[in-house]
Amino acid sequence: MKDLARVNNPYNEGKVIDACSIFGVMDTSGKRFDGSKITTAIGNMHLRGNGLGGGLAAYGIYPEYEDCYAFHIMFLSSKGRQETEAFLKDHFYVVYAEEIPVRQLPEIINPPVVWRYFLRVGAEKSSEENETDFVVDKVMTINTRLSDSYVFSSGKNMGVFKGVGYPETISRYFRLEEYEGYLWTAHGRFPTNTHAWWGGAHPFSILDWTVVHNGEISSYGINSRYLEQFGYNCTMQTDTEVIAYGVDLLVRRHGLPVETAARVFAPPFWDDIERSPGGRKELFMALRQVYSSMMLNGPFTIIIAHEGEMIGLTDRVRLRPLIVGVRGSELYLSSEEASIRLICPDLEASWIPMGGEPIIARLGEKPVVKKKSVCPGGVMKSA
Amino acid sequence: MESKVSENIRINAANIAHKELNSMVKQAVMRGVKRIELFNVHGQRYIGTDIFEPVEITIEGTPGNDLGAFMNGQRLLVYGNAQDGSGNTMNGGEIIIHGHAGDITGLAVRGGQILVRDDVGYRAGIHMKEYKEKKPVFIVGGTAQDFAGEYMAGGVMVLLGLNLEPGSKHNSRYIGTGMHGGIIYIRGDFEDYQLGKEVGVAELDEADIKQLSGLVNIYTGHFGGDATSILNGKFKKLYPRSLRPYGRLYAY
Repeated sequence: MKDLARVNNPYNEGKVIDACSIFGVMDTSGKRFDGSKITTAIGNMHLRGNGLGGGLAAYGIYPEYEDCYAFHIMFLSSKGRQETEAFLKDHFYVVYAEEIPVRQLPEIINPPVVWRYFLRVGAEKSSEENETDFVVDKVMTINTRLSDSYVFSSGKNMGVFKGVGYPETISRYFRLEEYEGYLWTAHGRFPTNTHAWWGGAHPFSILDWTVVHNGEISSYGINSRYLEQFGYNCTMQTDTEVIAYGVDLLVRRHGLPVETAARVFAPPFWDDIERSPGGRKELFMALRQVYSSMMLNGPFTIIIAHEGEMIGLTDRVRLRPLIVGVRGSELYLSSEEASIRLICPDLEASWIPMGGEPIIARLGEKPVVKKKSVCPGGVMKSA
Repeated sequence: MESKVSENIRINAANIAHKELNSMVKQAVMRGVKRIELFNVHGQRYIGTDIFEPVEITIEGTPGNDLGAFMNGQRLLVYGNAQDGSGNTMNGGEIIIHGHAGDITGLAVRGGQILVRDDVGYRAGIHMKEYKEKKPVFIVGGTAQDFAGEYMAGGVMVLLGLNLEPGSKHNSRYIGTGMHGGIIYIRGDFEDYQLGKEVGVAELDEADIKQLSGLVNIYTGHFGGDATSILNGKFKKLYPRSLRPYGRLYAY
């Protein structure tokens, strides 16, 4: 693991005890919208974070390069950039590269240089090798072996933007009102166990998978050792990283449906399994046995996203909040209901899902309303 | 000539941070205002906290976490859904929510009334308590998620189950886990495994029916509905089997 001691925390690790905030919005019709709405929503939960990490993920933002892997890479030195660019040219066709445009803000202190590269897999890849495995392997190589370089986004037609600051500040810094996507997630951080640095902010990502998380994964050690056996190396020093690699392993490589992967992360209790009807009992038992090392222990609410899909999930006893809102083709997930209603005053329905029950939005499928709320809710007209 | 203080004011909460909003409310109360209407509320926390006059605050929108925390004798009317932790350690007063409420609603409540028209989230009424004449009441029109009445030490909780589909049961697991005081009245079906180990189940006696009838009438008084037909539903009383379940846990 690289030495991060010299990455200073400009906020001096000041802890204001609170919680993280997470937010997700998807238009399942595929209609794209800019980043200003979600910035307002996550900004309304300012109090939950403490400015030591913020970030957003957006899907559908690079249609002009939709066939290319879009790498977002942060460099902590120019030597790192030279090494990494040489490495990229060896293994990929670099279709286009540029520094990600930012807006200089006084709140953003000592940011790393962040570039994006639109890449096609090069001729070096052998024909029997899976293309996505090849890309994951190269991301891991850059993050573990090359100097001062961290790939924090590596999917097609999507991107992660994150750093040390409040999420609404990070959004302004990366000019996210200039991007349009059909699915956005956001995170405001209150770091619990590790120090704040740019790579440690959420979302965590591999390929087009992203995860934002409120809580604490106490099984991080066992999860990360398990993932190492499959070639995933945790380098970002935040527990949430294991969820991004875990979902990539379970869904992309092992082919589990996301509903089933959710049962791996948050398995039913043994006595609930005992009462499960039909083949579900056998399925749940098999999942607990085969994937016991991928079970997430500790309190969590997460929003997982990848191309065409957004999934909200909490731990089995729901130690962190999650609320769902629906309007037409739009599905919202949030730590707090007020944030949803602030950007969607004419919400049709809102409800609080049960712990361990995944809430899934899919491109082309109208969101299913579980419980109709006839409540007028927090209508706010523009003041 | 004495200037007359207006009894009512309306405050637009749009784009106002919680500290500022709560201090506007407090200043109005100190001027002698009796009724305050807040509109465009969007997640501001601690509304109703730190007020020492018996005022009524109407909230349109979505109030933030810890609504009415430590409140002592005020009345909050919410026209919208409430978030987490409403009525945290409330000592007296009323919180009436025309919608649903989130997790840990009514945690450690010591007195007063909380009424929620629809459902509540996880751990509703966790560690409610009572002492002498201080006896909190918590009425939920819908159902609760898991751990309702966890570690309950006193007071009365009512789950009316009004929005349960015919033939369906309450969804809550671990109801009353660690319960060692107070009473839960529950209307509608549930299985024994949904209850915590410390909970006993009984039919209602005459005193229960009298108490429950009063509580249901309070509920219908605020939210409408027919108290008689609600009271005709199938009720059970949940009570703690021991007032000191773990008294000997560490004693040999």
